[in-house]
Order: sequence, then structure tokens, then C-alpha cells
Amino acid sequence: MDATEIGLWGVPLAMLGGAIRVSTPFIFVSLGEAITERSGRINLGLEGTLVFGAMTAYAVAVMTGSPWLGLLAAAAAGLCFGLFHGWICKFRGVNDIAIGIALMLFGSGLAFFFGKPFIQPSAPDLPAIPFGGWSDVPQVQAALNVNVLFLIGAALAVFLWWAFRNTRAGLILRVVGDSSDAARAMGLNPNTVRLIATGIGGALAGIGGAYLSLYYPGSWTEGISSGQGLMAVALVIFARWNPLGCFAAALLFGGAGALGPALQSVGVTQGYYLFYAAPYILTLVIMIATSSSSRSLAGAPGELSITK
Amino acid sequence: MADTVSSASVPVMLGARGYPTALEWIARRAEAFVIPLAALIVGMALFSLFIALVGKSPVQLYETTWRGGFGSWFSVQNSLSRAAPLLLAALCVALPARLGLVVIGGEGAIVLGGVAAAAMGVAAGGAPAFFVILAMGVAGLAAGGIWIGAVGALRHYRAVNETISSLLMAYIAIALMNHLVEGPLRDPASLNKPSTEPLAEAYRISNIPGMDVHWGLVVGVIACVLSWLLIEKTRWGFAARIAGGNVRAAQVQGLAVGPLIVGFTALAGGFAGLAGMLEVAAVQGSANASLAAGYGYTGILVAFLARHNPLAIIPVAFLLGGIDASGGLIQRRMDLPDATVLVLQGMLFVVILFSETFYGRFKAFNPDLWQRGDLLKRPDLLKGPSLFKRIA
Repeated sequence: MDATEIGLWGVPLAMLGGAIRVSTPFIFVSLGEAITERSGRINLGLEGTLVFGAMTAYAVAVMTGSPWLGLLAAAAAGLCFGLFHGWICKFRGVNDIAIGIALMLFGSGLAFFFGKPFIQPSAPDLPAIPFGGWSDVPQVQAALNVNVLFLIGAALAVFLWWAFRNTRAGLILRVVGDSSDAARAMGLNPNTVRLIATGIGGALAGIGGAYLSLYYPGSWTEGISSGQGLMAVALVIFARWNPLGCFAAALLFGGAGALGPALQSVGVTQGYYLFYAAPYILTLVIMIATSSSSRSLAGAPGELSITK
Repeated sequence: MADTVSSASVPVMLGARGYPTALEWIARRAEAFVIPLAALIVGMALFSLFIALVGKSPVQLYETTWRGGFGSWFSVQNSLSRAAPLLLAALCVALPARLGLVVIGGEGAIVLGGVAAAAMGVAAGGAPAFFVILAMGVAGLAAGGIWIGAVGALRHYRAVNETISSLLMAYIAIALMNHLVEGPLRDPASLNKPSTEPLAEAYRISNIPGMDVHWGLVVGVIACVLSWLLIEKTRWGFAARIAGGNVRAAQVQGLAVGPLIVGFTALAGGFAGLAGMLEVAAVQGSANASLAAGYGYTGILVAFLARHNPLAIIPVAFLLGGIDASGGLIQRRMDLPDATVLVLQGMLFVVILFSETFYGRFKAFNPDLWQRGDLLKRPDLLKGPSLFKRIA
């Protein structure tokens, strides 16, 4: 057998490569959402932030020629969206989930509005590091061509996991998320902490969007995000608000998302659309399996409306 | 505002307690009318600013919106046609909302309702038109009802968050539709745009006589009125409102919260499925990817703008149907992208939600003040810096 003819082994290999490629936006969005939810708010608008981040990154990269400036611009745009969500939710009677839905529509709408002229031109890509040089098999090389953002995301997950436990900021975040009253008694302003947490969450979602348009799939179209921002919210619940869990879950989701294209690459075309639904079905199944009506979720921030 | 009511109209509404009762009645309702209206105006103003910032004329925009959505009989009919599915899609949000649930995946129920209706229309071919159309309606209702009813059941029996699960189910529904329309249900003759077999002409839903609007509008309005009656005038609606206010209290009272949630979400999904059926039977003629046209998402906005009141959904759906209808004209006349309407909807949505914070903050809307008659004796109570303060 020729080394390049790997037959059905291409499926798991393509899924591994796909998991690494597809999971990166999940990693950033879910880490951002984990920070936000740890502060006791939920931001469903990250889907819109992701799309707007993708558009901003692409547009800035096209205009300046630098993908890194695009990334920075996407993070800044995401920060603005996050801060807006954090600010508006401090008012009495304003529902964080409903505002998230509104921002989901608004972010996508704005992205499509300003993104129209950027559908045609091509932007420079973010760089990737080839870890597969040791192998002669092109599929292995393709699978191990890892983008720097994936590595940054992995490092960020470890850092946040450490920081939530061991830093002052992490403690403040958790106190505010568990009890507004306790936080006030400590002299903290819960609204300020949540504003910052939602802002950082938005910025990370913007970076996730930049990855979508600047690396994989690597172009700006109106259908660039298919609910990744929303699945990330479900993923955070599944990961029990633990950054390392978010990372692992993101890889799992990435693998599920890569199932459709991987099967197609070896010639399986039956049920093509159903395989594309795999990540959604997986998310739903996981949510059903991990939720329970009789006990509250372990590790859930006490102030989080979604688990009440 | 309440204080603009002329004294001439008041005696008509005099109750047993006389003058203040009528004012109290008005004050109680004025709030739910004035605040959304003000929010709508503020949202429009912000959008004008946005349009001005991108270098276009807001005046021309509103003029175009008016012409495209409301200015002529032709455009009004166009708006009404778009309002028809919005009425039903909005009910899919409003009914669960009365139980305190935020269901946003109506798009999935629309899509599956449409596919089920199309399949039924082809399978039942040959039967009398009345029965086929009825069977298609039932198929649409059932498909949508099962889909969103499952969301409600998961919510109650497994505590799965309904907002996220319904949206995930919408993505799954669209994938399922694509699979069915390109695979088992595909009409081999549909080459460029995979569709199910076209419905026979006899099974298409016709227009209302004298109008270029199909009967779906009537169905939608009836559904809204029935939903209002259900919520306001029946014991199930009463139970739902209690459960929406406080689930624990409802359970302590012995209300069957589980069946209530599943029933309401299933009915809500059924209405959305019916919207899909109408799109197939009255507009498209077959099920295809055009079913996922975003009515489910605009319906969310309609329901929130109507504050989940089924009767208020009727005018709001017409308004947003008109804005939707003018999108094409805005695009052609003003050289703006078609996403302009999305931006406007997003802005309106944010402002509407923000306006929630103003309920109960204006003294003029406090029925108790009017009831005591204090304000009639001392109108100065309404003035001063305390006007904006929350009433304790």
C-alpha cells in the first residue's frame, strides 16, 4: 500500500485535523463566555459578536494587509459589543438573555451591512505552524498544520483555569458570580465586575471570529458562522464553567463538526446534511444528559439566570 | 399620556367609584402603550443617526420605507402578506413567554411544518381539495407542535434551557429539511433549487377575494385572537400566567405545571408549523430552502415589541411586515445593502428591551395615584425631579 493511499484511515485523521481547525473559534468563544458566566451573566449575543468580529478582521486585513491588525480590530469590536451588553444589563428589568438575542441579530445585521464590499477581495491569512514535517503522508501534514491561535487558545485555557483559582481577579469574579450580596458586602460593585467580564468575553469572541474569516474557512461570507457562538454557550454549561473543560469540549465539538467534510472526502455523500447537523445534535444530547430537574448543576455560578 | 385625555370622554367610563376609576383604567393601560411607542420612536431616531453616519438621507429612507411598506394599496397588500407568517411566528414566542420561557427557535418549527405539509399534500393527492388542505394544516401543526413541544418537555422534565435548545433544534430542523428536500422527498424535476414535488393547483391556498393577500392572514389573525382568549379568559391561561409569575407558587397550588408547559409550547410550535404550511400552500407551492426565510427570527422581535400580548401582535406584525417589505425598495433606490432592515430590527430590539426598565418609574402611570384622586387635587405631584424616580 502506498503511503499516500491511507483509505478509510483518512476519516479519523481528517477528523483530528478538523478538530484542531474547527475547534479554535469554539475555544475562544467558550472561554470568553466562561468568564462572563462566572460573573453571573449570560451573553447569548456572542454569536453576533463572532460574525461581526469575522467581518471586522477581514475588512481590516484587506485594507492594511496585516492579519494581526485585523485580529486586533476584531478583538476591539468584540470588546465594544461586550461592554454594551454589560452596561445595558445593569438596568433594572433588562433581561440579559433577551438582550443577547437582540445583539445576536444586531451584530449579524451590522456585519452584513458593512461586510458587503468585502465579500470579493481576499485577505492575508493568519500564519500556521507545520508540526507534521516528520511525516511523508500529506493528510498527516495537513492535519498537523496548526494555527497559532489554537496554541494561544490552549495556553489561555490553562491560564484561566489557574487564574480563576489563584488570583485576586479570579476570586473577585467568582464571588460576584456566586452572590451579588456577598460581593457588595466585600465592597465590590457587581455591575462593574460584570461589565469588565462581559467586555473581555466579547473581545475573545471577536478573536474567534477573526480566526473564522482569516484562517478557516478563511474568507468572509454571510454564512460564515453557523451557530458556533451559540453552541459555545451550551458548551460552557457542559464544561461546568471550567476553562480546561471548555478546551476539551471545544475539541470534541470541532471533531463532530469535521465529521461531514471528512466523510465527504472519502466519498460518503449519503446523508451529507445530517452529518452537518452532528455538532448541534451532539450539543443537544450533551445538554439533555448533563441537565437534571431535581438537582442544580454542580459548579454553577449562583447568580446565573440560566440555571435558576 | 394619561393627562391628555379630554374630560369630555371620561364620564362615559365612569365606574361605581366615579371619576378616578376611569383615570385609573387609563393609567394602567397607557403605560403598556406609551412606553413601547416611545421606544419605537427612539429606535427610529437612532437608526436615522446611523443612516446619516453612513452618508445617506434618513428622510429619503423613511419616505422609501413608507412607500415600500404602507404608502399605497399595493404596498399595504405586500406588507399584509408578510405579516401573515409573522403573526404565527410571533405566537411561537409569545405563548411560551407567558409561562416565563424564552423560546427563540420558531424558525425550525416553520421549516418542518412546511416540509410536513408539502409531503402530506403530495401523499394525499387525489382526495378532495378541502380535505387535503385540512390534512396539510394538521401536518404542519403537528410537526411544529412536536418540535417545540419537545423543547418545553425538555425544559420541564430535564431542566434543559429552552432558549439554547430551541435554537439548536432550529439548526437541526434546517439540516433535516435540506436532507429531505435533496434526498427522499426531492422532485427529480427541480434541478437548480431542490424542492419537493409541487402541489397540485387545486390544493393551493387562494387569495382573499378582492385582495392580493392569501387566506393565511385571516388564519394568523384568528390564531392571535384565540391565543388571547386562551390566555386571558380560560383557566389554562390563568394557570399559565401564575406559573409564569412563580413556578413554585403554581406547584404549591396544585397546578399541573408540566402538562401546562408542554401544552403551551406545543401549541406555540404548532402555530409556527402552520406558518410553514401556509408558506408552502399559498406562496411557494412546494417545500424548499426558501422556507428558512427568517420569519422565525423577525417573529421574536414582533413578540417582544407586542410584550407577548397576542392582540398587540396583530398591529406590530403589520408594522414589521411593512418594514420587511420595503427592504427591497430601500436596496434599489438608496443603494444600501439588504441587511439595512436587519440593522433596523436589531436596533429596535435593543431599544425595546431597554425600555423595560422604565415600567413603573413614571408617576403618571401609577393607577394608585389616580385612584386616590390625589393627582386631580394636586397636579403638582406629577412635576419635579421625583417624576423619574421609581415609585416605592
